[in-house]
Amino acid sequence: MATIPADPRLAVGRATPGRLGVLIKAAREAPLAPLVILGGLVLIALLADLIAPYDPTVPVKGAEMFRPPFWMEGGSVATPLGTDFQSRDILTRLIYGARVSLIVGLMGTLVAGSIGTALGILSGYVGGWVDQIIMRLTDAWLALPAIVFAIFLAAMFGPSMWNIIVILGSVYWTRYARVIRGEVLSLREREFVKLAEIAGASKLRVIKKHILPNVMNTATVLASLTVGVVIIAEASLSFLGVGVPPPQPAWGLMLSEARPTLMTGQWWLTVFPGACILLIVLATQLFGDWLRVRLDPQQRNL
Amino acid sequence: MPSPVLEVRGLKKHFVVRRGLFGRESAWVKAVDGVDFAIHPGETLGLIGESGCGKTTTSKLILLQETPTAGSIAFEGRDIAGLAGAELMAYRRAVQVVFQDPFSSLSPRMRVRDIIAEPLEIHTDLARAAIDERVGQVLELVGLTRDVAPLFPHEFSGGQRQRVAIARALATDTRLIVLDEPVSALDVSVRAQIINQLEHLQRTLGVSYLFIGHDLATVAHISHRIAVMYLGKIVESADSDALCARPMHPYTKALFAAALPSRPGDRTESGTIVGEIPSPLSLPTGCRFHPRCPSAMPVCSEAEPSLQRREGAGLVACHLY
Repeated sequence: MATIPADPRLAVGRATPGRLGVLIKAAREAPLAPLVILGGLVLIALLADLIAPYDPTVPVKGAEMFRPPFWMEGGSVATPLGTDFQSRDILTRLIYGARVSLIVGLMGTLVAGSIGTALGILSGYVGGWVDQIIMRLTDAWLALPAIVFAIFLAAMFGPSMWNIIVILGSVYWTRYARVIRGEVLSLREREFVKLAEIAGASKLRVIKKHILPNVMNTATVLASLTVGVVIIAEASLSFLGVGVPPPQPAWGLMLSEARPTLMTGQWWLTVFPGACILLIVLATQLFGDWLRVRLDPQQRNL
Repeated sequence: MPSPVLEVRGLKKHFVVRRGLFGRESAWVKAVDGVDFAIHPGETLGLIGESGCGKTTTSKLILLQETPTAGSIAFEGRDIAGLAGAELMAYRRAVQVVFQDPFSSLSPRMRVRDIIAEPLEIHTDLARAAIDERVGQVLELVGLTRDVAPLFPHEFSGGQRQRVAIARALATDTRLIVLDEPVSALDVSVRAQIINQLEHLQRTLGVSYLFIGHDLATVAHISHRIAVMYLGKIVESADSDALCARPMHPYTKALFAAALPSRPGDRTESGTIVGEIPSPLSLPTGCRFHPRCPSAMPVCSEAEPSLQRREGAGLVACHLY
């Protein structure tokens, strides 16, 4: 086959900065506060066995019930954030509770994201009656109040952390399905997808090579915003007694256990777990927000 | 004359449009309404016309993106309508397309190597190294260098991207490339390079082109034969030289009149057309062009002219001849 000598004027140079430069730029623009909070919590959850002073499920030896934090009268440095109604160490339970929140939040989001993204791609790309069925299913799902639906499922399948993950995943997939479907509908009309079809690519190949990589950004942003919602939902279920079963330490469960004493002055039983939930949800939402802006094709310089 | 690569006979594509409450009234858009043409090996057929005249629908029909309402398209003697399985894949392999906008036709997330390799991965079971070799070959064929393979499309200029798109179209043993306004989105200076490259490729590889465009000068330059489309029909077709030397249909004349003269001092022919292209929902009676035609006669609004032989191995549909 004849070849044409390459024209040096047509040589192409890299216009983008090096990998290191990109990293440095990203680090400079990264949202510090949410990253520090999330990073810290992940670290705490991972190292819970090393840093927690006590066993989270058994009473602290020699400690009375409802011991206040150390700076209050009757408090002790041995149990810095006080003890609960079974004289268990609050700090220890908070540390282990981070594990539950993070695992449920991340895994629940993963389940929701996988279901929703798969259905969204199927719906958008295949179209026709498949699209109709999936979208009507999504509408029906959205019409159900999420938490009530989750309580119903939890009551049916029994409370356990892994059940909660699957339940929350199957409650919160709807947003993915809708958003991803919309994205796929517009991708399907893009010329590079048409080119692949004209070249004879199978549906599976188009989805794998062209659709999936192009919806990953959106899916990631949705995921970062869903984590907080799932964590709150887990805490709510635990608070309502259909979530993580006692004596496992979960923040929602700690709130639930403190309910009878809410009016009797033992504020440390509720404030600390409540603050933890607030912190983790705030951090994930802020991080998600930053990610959304960062991955927005309009604002990213491709 | 050798048998044609692609032969289109009586091709029609009508789209139904529903209007009114509950879509009770339906109207038809006759996007392509009885088109015949043939493309021979190593030949370029130019398809020219205004926006909305059915050029792109014709290309979609050829590329099996739409199914025709009537008529047939035969590729190397076989009707493509019933193709399935291995035969369909063979057709997909032999016919490729280059779109107008090289910015949206190349996936932003794929490297040039993977973009060009896609048809090869679909149609062959070549090893990675063999695919890389072929990608390098076609990159050089289109005037790029082998070392651009690992780059992303956004690292290229428009003209270079279009070269990548052409390289992709050539990756398999392609016999027909549909060029859907391949240079309309490019700078004028780059257009000539791409056109020359396409002509060179045709001479070396013997590939056939269906060149769709609205820019008369470009189409006339690259095409061996030209077909002029107006509202879903071919109104005139002839060898490129004959058509340019003596356009016969008033619409063709008007297209020439609308084009810029090649020398600034040259006088342009009078007889430009007025008004917009009519809505394809309510086609004019008789000749479709008569409401805008400078030489319309009473008969034009009554009877639709049929295609007559004209000089230059061509056809023209006008009551004037």
